[in-house]
Amino acid sequence: MAPALINVPRKAKRGEIIEIKTLMSHIMETGYRHTSTGEVVPRDIITSFTCRYNGAEIFRADLFPAIAANPFITFFTVATESGKFDFEWIGDKGFSETASAAITVE
Amino acid sequence: MSPATVIVVAVLLIAATSVRGGEIPPSERRSGFSFMTPETQAMQNDDTANPGMLWVLDGEALWNSKAGAAGKACADCHDDARASMKGVAARYPVFDKALGRPVDLEQRINLCRANHQEATPLTYESRELSALTAFVAQQSRDMPIMTGDDPQLAPFIAKGRALFTQRQGQLNLGCANCHDDNWDKRLAGSAITQGHSTGYPLYRLEWQSLGSLQRRLRGCITGIRAQPYDYGAPELVELELYLMSRARGMPIETPAVRP
Repeated sequence: MAPALINVPRKAKRGEIIEIKTLMSHIMETGYRHTSTGEVVPRDIITSFTCRYNGAEIFRADLFPAIAANPFITFFTVATESGKFDFEWIGDKGFSETASAAITVE
Repeated sequence: MSPATVIVVAVLLIAATSVRGGEIPPSERRSGFSFMTPETQAMQNDDTANPGMLWVLDGEALWNSKAGAAGKACADCHDDARASMKGVAARYPVFDKALGRPVDLEQRINLCRANHQEATPLTYESRELSALTAFVAQQSRDMPIMTGDDPQLAPFIAKGRALFTQRQGQLNLGCANCHDDNWDKRLAGSAITQGHSTGYPLYRLEWQSLGSLQRRLRGCITGIRAQPYDYGAPELVELELYLMSRARGMPIETPAVRP
C-alpha cells in the first residue's frame, strides 16, 4: 500500500473554515518519456481524487500528466458536523488507495 | 591611467575578490534551508506536506518487516528505532574495523542485511534503501552532527577534503570553488549554497523523489563535466565524510526538502 499523509484539524467550531491537506505517494509517470532504447515509458498517473465528508462529496479533482510526483492537494471546507472525511485516489494500472480522518465539531 | 596604476588596481581587485577564499568560518555557516524560498521552507517544516515523510513511513514499515534467509527484521535486533537509532545518523559515516575504511548509512544498512539478515543488498537509490535510510536518519532530526570524532577517520577526512578542493572535469572546477568561495552568489537562477549535507537523504523537487548525498554528489560531478564515481565508491564515501565533518555541530534536517 502506498503511504499517504493527511492533515485535517482534529477539532473545529461549527461553521469554521478548515484547511485539508493531502499528500499521496505516486510516481506520476507522464507517458511522454522514452527509455534509452527508445521505448515509451507507459503512462502511470493518478487520474482522480475525491473527498467525502460524512458520505457527501465535497471535493473532486481530475489529475493529468503535468502534475508532479507525490501530488499534494489542499482545499478548504466548512466544518458543519462531527464525522469522517474519506479520501480516494484512483489511477492507471489499477491504482486505488483510500484514507480517512475524523473531526470533532463543537 | 598609467599601466602601473592599472596593474595596481588589478592586483587590488584580485585581492578583494579572493578575501573570502578558503573554508567558511563556523559563525558564517548556513544550511541550504536558509537559501530556500519561504514556501519550500514551509514544505520541509510541515510533516504532512513534506514528501520525504512518505519515504520515512515506508522505512518504518520495512524496519518492522522480516527479510532474508535469517528471517529477521531490523526491529528484531534494534527494537524501537526511535530509541536505538537516535543520534546514529549524526555520527555517520563511521570507521568500520572489519573493512578498514569508513562506511555511510546506506552501506551500513546493506552490511546489516548481508551479515545479520542474510538478505541481498538493496540497490543504491532504490525505494527500499532510500526509505530505510530516511527512517533511520530521521531519528536524529534536530541533533547536532558529530561525525569525525574517531581518530581513525582522520586520513579519510583528509582524502575527502583533498577531493573537495581538487579541480577536475572539463570545467576544471573543484567543489570548493563554488561552495567555499562563491556561496553567496547565484548560478543562473539558483542559489549556490554552502553545500552542507545536513538533510540527506532529502526530497529534491527537481528529482521529484528522495535521493542520497551520493546522488547529489554525482550530479555535481557531472555538472563540472567530470566522470562521476560509481555509487558506493570509496571516493564518494570520503567526500561524504568530509562534508559531514565540515557541517559538524549543525542540526540534522532529514528528511529535508530542497529545490
